Amino acid sequence: MDAVEFVLQNFTEMNKLWIRMQHQVCWNTSVLTCMAPENLHATKVKMNREGMIFWPCRCSSACDTFILFGDPELRTSFGLSGLQGPVRVEEKLEKERSELRDLVGKNLHVLSQIEGIDLEMYKDNVLPRILEQVVDCKDELAQYYLMECIIQVFPDEYHLQTLETLLGACPLLQPTVDIKTVLSQLMERLSNYAASSAEVLPEFLQVEAFSKLSNAIGKVIEAQVDMPIVGVITLYVSLLTFTLHVHPDRLDYVDQVLGACVKKLSGKAKLEDSKATKQVVALLSAPLEKFNEIVTALTLSNYPRVMDHLDSETNKVMAMVIIQSIMKNNTCVSTADQVEVLFELIKGLIKDLDGTHGDELDDEDFKEEQNSVARLIHMLYHDEPEEMLQIICLVRKHIMTGGPKRLPFTVPSLVFSSLKLVRRLQGQDGDVVGEETIETLSSVPSPELALRLYLQCAEAANDCDLEPVAYEFFTQAFVLYEEEVTDSKAQVTAIHLIIGTLQRMNVFGVENRDTLTHKATGYSAKLLKKPDQCRAVYACSHLFWVDDQDGIKDGERVLLCLKRSLRIANAAQQMANVTRGSSGPVILFVEILNKYLYFFEKGNPQITSAAIQDLVELIRTEMQSDTTTPDPASDPFFASTLRYIQFQKQKSGAMGEKYDPIKV
Amino acid sequence: MVLVLAIGDLHIPHRAPDLPPKFKSMLVPGKIQHIICTGNLCIKEVHDYLKSLCPSLHVTRGEYDEDARYPETKTLTIGQFKLGLCHGHQVVPWGDLDSLAMLQRQLDVDILVSGHTHQFKAYKHEAGVVINPGSATGAYSSITYDVNPSFVLMDIDGLRVVVYVYELIDGEVKVDKIDFKKTATATTHSAN
Repeated sequence: MDAVEFVLQNFTEMNKLWIRMQHQVCWNTSVLTCMAPENLHATKVKMNREGMIFWPCRCSSACDTFILFGDPELRTSFGLSGLQGPVRVEEKLEKERSELRDLVGKNLHVLSQIEGIDLEMYKDNVLPRILEQVVDCKDELAQYYLMECIIQVFPDEYHLQTLETLLGACPLLQPTVDIKTVLSQLMERLSNYAASSAEVLPEFLQVEAFSKLSNAIGKVIEAQVDMPIVGVITLYVSLLTFTLHVHPDRLDYVDQVLGACVKKLSGKAKLEDSKATKQVVALLSAPLEKFNEIVTALTLSNYPRVMDHLDSETNKVMAMVIIQSIMKNNTCVSTADQVEVLFELIKGLIKDLDGTHGDELDDEDFKEEQNSVARLIHMLYHDEPEEMLQIICLVRKHIMTGGPKRLPFTVPSLVFSSLKLVRRLQGQDGDVVGEETIETLSSVPSPELALRLYLQCAEAANDCDLEPVAYEFFTQAFVLYEEEVTDSKAQVTAIHLIIGTLQRMNVFGVENRDTLTHKATGYSAKLLKKPDQCRAVYACSHLFWVDDQDGIKDGERVLLCLKRSLRIANAAQQMANVTRGSSGPVILFVEILNKYLYFFEKGNPQITSAAIQDLVELIRTEMQSDTTTPDPASDPFFASTLRYIQFQKQKSGAMGEKYDPIKV
Repeated sequence: MVLVLAIGDLHIPHRAPDLPPKFKSMLVPGKIQHIICTGNLCIKEVHDYLKSLCPSLHVTRGEYDEDARYPETKTLTIGQFKLGLCHGHQVVPWGDLDSLAMLQRQLDVDILVSGHTHQFKAYKHEAGVVINPGSATGAYSSITYDVNPSFVLMDIDGLRVVVYVYELIDGEVKVDKIDFKKTATATTHSAN
């Protein structure tokens, strides 16, 4: 007891001393620093031979004694020299001030270590006495320092049990005290305490920590009307972190904190202070980090309201944070309601919000944003086809508001997500998805991409046995090819994609199939460069021969295609001879030879061994001709083809017999 | 011993959000000497990621790739083997073994790596070995139903190449291997 009393008294006195010293010193040094040496005389300051300065004592106007600078109690006296004086004085004073301050703090530390002080004593005697001194001293620096000390020095469980008393002192402090930092420190300590062991959590509930802190913060914010918005948000960030640690299951508390923020932010224009926006982002990110189930954060009703107060740049930053959180945790967003909330939150990425211009954004950043949205779409999934269809329709509704810049990024994801669903359903509801998809795709301002997507849809329609739908998709693809795909290289790729897709179609009746193959072959022959024409036409030969059981096997039309490609190769050869007199595209002949072999083996009766023999001789002749320079590509290709023929000849059975007549 | 990663058809972001986490944790920088990629990454981010795994990155163009500068085909020599790379959408009929054989003869390579069908394949024929690493993300394909994420690691040692295929089946990574030996004139194989 006596020890406690002694330390308490010592604390009190030292505190008073420190405060007095601060003020004295402050006054002294502030006068000193604005005085040049020559003016020292003017203020009746005395300097003795050693250079010590004596100030007039100001205890009363009549007193004319001088006290040594740096006195009274600490007996510090030191010399001054010239202009250096004020700075050196300041340094030394600063040192002494901080030493005294530490001593004051040490008193509190000693108090915390005294055995015999238990919670009861702390609550009834020690804390009230300390707080009394803190409040009474009315010194802002001291009050701030002392509150910090109390929080750091005494155990967290004590703080929990005396929360009301501790918080009660806050409004009584000087209005200039940075109370928000004090409260943040307290909350941080308590958060860590809660995180240290699960056993202490019930205590928090018992003392109603959340509501006490929440109220105290509310009072502080109300009282300090001029508190800048960044301070307010920082306080709420601390409270939110506290809540997430201590009451992770109480979503209503989390929502409450967000709600208090919303209230403080509303009525003001959108935040422009970058520090404040950083704090808001921290506020909104905290629940995401805590809840592995991001969807939990999505259910907080005040969450979108807080986001609405961000400027459009930061809004997008926050939207990206949300998406990245979903990707990182591999979360599946699975109900239409959740998807709706999610897309509402990321609307800054989905479309141009009022007052923003699409062109402002850096190209790279824009791509990154849109690719993130595209990836996000694949995280939306539900097992039930009904629910999944709802999700897809919802996503479609949102991304269609994105405008022509965004659609090339987002539509493919949507289409493939739909195709996955179609495959699941296979046979039901295909029509509905079909029509809407055509509408969606026709709005994508990227014809090459749209063409590919049409072909994908055609294949899906084929698998669902929907002939008219598949035909419609092909028609759209051809329209794009005719009208929009103008680059010759792009045309080559596109026509091969069309041929490759068409080759796999089994849903078409004779008439439809004929129309489409006729178109494909026609366009193939019209490609810009002869070699490209040649290759596309012989690729078309596969349109007339499908290896399936009931697949088409029209040997004649196959041969017609191959002959046509031969003619084109010949024409290319002529042109090369005429223009350059150098090697023509002999390799084309070798390629066509390989195609002949392909169909020969498949049993196309129109492909005879004689025809193959002729082709082999033709190539030989071309290669040995004077005008031909050895082509690094054709020679090995021809050689390996001949090797292949030899290999097949050596096989036993039907294959060997087939190849027998061919001499290489 | 040279390790070559054969990977492709990721289709990020059009058909898949990312590589499966289990694959990502396996693919770490510094372990692989070459990466050959069949194409359809499709965005620069994926290219940069692969490049971070190994600076010797070779990519051929898939029909959805954002970068139009990738070549249609590529050949390279690693040790005793000549490898050819091509996405495969150019070879009609898609996935047809004989048509791929023709491409292999045309490129004059021992090993042809080709994709597009999203289905893993590794087999030997008269002209050499054909490997399809499948789709590393298990992306949707109009050609193959129920695609399992897969990629291939080739261990090239002298005249021998061991092909390891990694497949993600029901959440577990399963590995299988096939041996191929090259003689002076032809390539033979034994499956394990």
